[in-house]
Amino acid sequence: MLRMVFAALSGGLFGAGLLVSGMVDTTKVQGWLDVFGAWDPTLAFVLGGAIIPMAIAWRVAARRRTALLGDTILPMNTAPLDKNIALGSVLFGIGWALAGLCPGPAMASLFFGGWGGLLFFFAMAAGMYVAPQVSQKLNHPTATA
Amino acid sequence: MIQDAWIFGLIGGLMIGSAAALYLLVNGRIMGASGILGGLIDGSARKDMFERVAFIAGLVIVPGVLALLMGGAQTNITSNPVVIIAAGLLVGIGTRLANGCTSGHGVCGISRLSLRGIAATLLYLLAGGLMMVLFRHILGVI
Repeated sequence: MLRMVFAALSGGLFGAGLLVSGMVDTTKVQGWLDVFGAWDPTLAFVLGGAIIPMAIAWRVAARRRTALLGDTILPMNTAPLDKNIALGSVLFGIGWALAGLCPGPAMASLFFGGWGGLLFFFAMAAGMYVAPQVSQKLNHPTATA
Repeated sequence: MIQDAWIFGLIGGLMIGSAAALYLLVNGRIMGASGILGGLIDGSARKDMFERVAFIAGLVIVPGVLALLMGGAQTNITSNPVVIIAAGLLVGIGTRLANGCTSGHGVCGISRLSLRGIAATLLYLLAGGLMMVLFRHILGVI
């Protein structure tokens, strides 16, 4: 139960931060990516601001094995870069530029994003649903099923 | 010349980072929006299902209520359904293949100096920047 309470608090604070920072506004995100147009540097302030408390949190986490509610804090994934992370990030970047939404803001804006926001959310969810099959095809191209 | 939007960006960013810090230090989890949602959608989430649902409930409801109190908020998303569907599919498939998005790889990965997080962030920023040139300045579709 406590896990759910703190998960909801964390999600709520995340969503409030996305709203306050303006990252639910697709024109701000597209403005950040539009380096050769009317460039909007706001996203750099958001990312910079977000990294500060999180860098402190990683330092605290390094000195303890478990989180406050008892779970083990997983060590960093040091696997070498592979085609999944490379291709996935490129596809994500293309989609991000097209609509100006990434998964966090897509959820945070569901209540006020209108039909366009809902359509994006369901398309994104569909993409997430088929992603394991895409990954399977990518890594085992000869396998059937 | 510092603009108000940058200050709100910094304040909002500090809130986002604090949320990620809370999720890490209390729940022991990485706050990645695509992973939390994607695990529910593709069925890879198991006993932490309710924790994920609670996180998403907070993420959807709190800004929704705040926006209402503030008299509304705008996403200014395009009205072209083809662009929206293509973008959504690409974001959904891409973030799950890459195992992270702006929050997981960007906020949580960079702050940990994770090579994977930094590389993923550079790649999606580069791809996004190039696509803005193509779609906005060359093709004029967005």
